[in-house]
Amino acid sequence: MSNYTDELVDFDEALDRYDPVLGFEVHVELNTKTKMFSDAPNAFGDDPNTNVTPVDLGLPGVLPVVNKTAVEYSILIGLALNCQIAEKCGFARKNYFYPDTPKNFQTSQFEDPIAYDGYLDIELEDGEVFRVEIERAHMEEDAGKLTHMGGSTGRIQGADYSLVDYNRAGVPLVEIVTKPITGAGKRAPELAKAYVAAVREIVKNLGVSDAKMERGNVRCDANVSLMPKDADKFGTRTETKNVNSLRAVEHAVRFEIERHAAVLDSGAKIVQETRHWHEDTRTTTSGRPKSDADDYRYFPEPDLVPIVTTVEWIEELRGRLPEPPAERRKRLKAEWNYADKEFRDVVNAGVLDEIEQTVAAGATAAVARKWWMGEIARLAKAADKDISDLGVTPATIVELNSLIEGKKINDKIARQVLEYVIDGEGTPSEIVEKRSLAVVNDDGALGKAVDDAMAAMPDVVEKIKGGKMQAIGALMGPVMKATRGQADAGRVREIVMEKLGL
Amino acid sequence: MSAISREDVVHLAHLAHIEMSDAELDKMTGELDAIVGAIASVSEVASSDVPATSHPIPLTNVLREDTVGQTLSIDEVLLNAPDSDSDRFKVPAILDGE
Repeated sequence: MSNYTDELVDFDEALDRYDPVLGFEVHVELNTKTKMFSDAPNAFGDDPNTNVTPVDLGLPGVLPVVNKTAVEYSILIGLALNCQIAEKCGFARKNYFYPDTPKNFQTSQFEDPIAYDGYLDIELEDGEVFRVEIERAHMEEDAGKLTHMGGSTGRIQGADYSLVDYNRAGVPLVEIVTKPITGAGKRAPELAKAYVAAVREIVKNLGVSDAKMERGNVRCDANVSLMPKDADKFGTRTETKNVNSLRAVEHAVRFEIERHAAVLDSGAKIVQETRHWHEDTRTTTSGRPKSDADDYRYFPEPDLVPIVTTVEWIEELRGRLPEPPAERRKRLKAEWNYADKEFRDVVNAGVLDEIEQTVAAGATAAVARKWWMGEIARLAKAADKDISDLGVTPATIVELNSLIEGKKINDKIARQVLEYVIDGEGTPSEIVEKRSLAVVNDDGALGKAVDDAMAAMPDVVEKIKGGKMQAIGALMGPVMKATRGQADAGRVREIVMEKLGL
Repeated sequence: MSAISREDVVHLAHLAHIEMSDAELDKMTGELDAIVGAIASVSEVASSDVPATSHPIPLTNVLREDTVGQTLSIDEVLLNAPDSDSDRFKVPAILDGE
C-alpha cells in the first residue's frame, strides 16, 4: 500500500523557486484486426489465452511477420504529429526477464524509430498555445497481462503467485516520446493533461486506436524534474508509470512538483527512479531505482528485415489524414456561430460529430444544439447511457424539427415522440401517425372543445370580454385535456377571440 | 589489453539470469575476449563509410496483410506450462517487476 510520508511544498511556492521540466511517453494501442507480428486477433475482453499463436508464446522456431496495417497506422500517427518518417527503419530486441513476455524480450525499435522530430501545438482552456516537441514515435508490441493473486491487497507486494493471460501480448503499440518540455511553469499540470488529451484525440480521429484510456488503449508515463530558476541544467527526473486517466496525469505532475521541491529544499537529491501512481490517495510512491535492470542489451531483431518507406507510400498515407481535431473545432465553432461557452459545453458533452451530422442533414446549428444538449442529453443521463448509444440519429432530429416547423406537432409532443423513437417504435412520422399525436388544429374539433370550455367557465369568459386577455390561459387546460394535449395553443387563442368578436 | 573483463562477464551473467561458478567465469572471460577480438578484425577492412549491417540478405518490407489466422486451442497454449489456473499461466510472484 502507499505508505505515504513525503514532505510536500505548496505548489505555487514551489514554482516561485523552481522551473518544472516535463516529458511524456505515451503508449497507444492500435486497433488493427491482428497483432503486430502474428495473425492472432487483436481484441479486448476475450477469454484468457484464446487470442494466442505460437509466435505470441515465443515458442522455438517461430518467425514473426510484420503487420502492414500496423506500419501504416504508425506512419499516420507520425504524420499527424508533424514528424519526419524514416526512409529506413528496423526492429530491435529489448531484453528483460518478466513473465509478461514469454520471449524474454520485447520486439521494439531502438536507434531508428519510424517517426521522429515532430511537434504538437497544445491549446489550453484559455486559448494559450504551447508547442510540445516530439522526439520520436516508434513501433513495438504490448505485453501480456498479469493478475497478482493471494496476499491481502491484490497488489504485487505480498502476492503468492501471478496468473498470465497472453491475449494482449503482441498487440501493436506506438510509443510517442516528447523532448523535454520547458517553460510551462505553473501551467505544467494543465499542460500535461492537455497534451495526453490531444494525443488521445488525434489517434481516435485517425481511427487507428479505440483510444479508451480506461481500457489501457492510451497509457502515459510522466517524467518530471525541477531546476532552480537561475539554473541552466535540468534536475534529476522521476518517471511516474501508468498514469492512465487525464485527471491522474494532471494530479501526478502536480504531486511530483510538490514532492521534488520539498526534497530539493531540504538539500537532498532526487533519486532517479520510477514512481507508482496511487489514484486513491493521489500520491506517488517509490518504484525501483535505475539499475542493472535497465540494461536491456538492445540488438537488431534478426528475424525481421528493415522497413523502407517510399515517398509515394508516405504521400498516399498523408492523403488519408483527416482534418486535425483542433482545426476542425475552430472551423465548426465559426460555422455554427456558437458562443465560447456553448461550444465548450458541446465539446465536453462529446456531441460534436452528432451536431455536425445533424447540420449536414439539414437542421440549423441552433436547432441541432438545442436537441443534442437538451432533451437527448437529459434522456441519456436518465438512462445512464452514452448519448451515442441511445439510437437517436441526426435524421431523427431533422424529421422531428420539420414536424414542429410544419405545425404537425408542438415542442412538448416532439419530446414525447423522441422517447418513443428511443424505445424503438419507429421514425418520428410513423410514431405521430400510429399514436395519433398530430396537433389538433382543425377548427371543428377545436371549436367544440373551446365551446365546452367556455360554457363550463362563464366567469372566465366575462373576464376576457372585459379585456383581460391573459384569462384565456384558464381555458387552455380543459381544451388541452379534451384534445389530449395536442391542441395548437395559438389557434385556440384565435378561436376564442373570434367567438367573442374581439 | 582485453576487451572483456571478468566484471563484464559477471554483469552479463547476472543480466542473462545465468548462474556461473568462478571457474566458468574465468574460462568465459577468456573465450568472450577472443570472440570480441576476432570480430574487431572486421573493422580493419570495413572503413567508417561502410554502414553497420544486421541482415546479410538485402530484403526489405516483408509485410503481411492484417487478416486473422488460426489461433491455438487453450489446451495447446497451456501444454508446456509448468502450472496453470483458470486457463492462465501460473507463475511465482515476482517482486522487483513493475
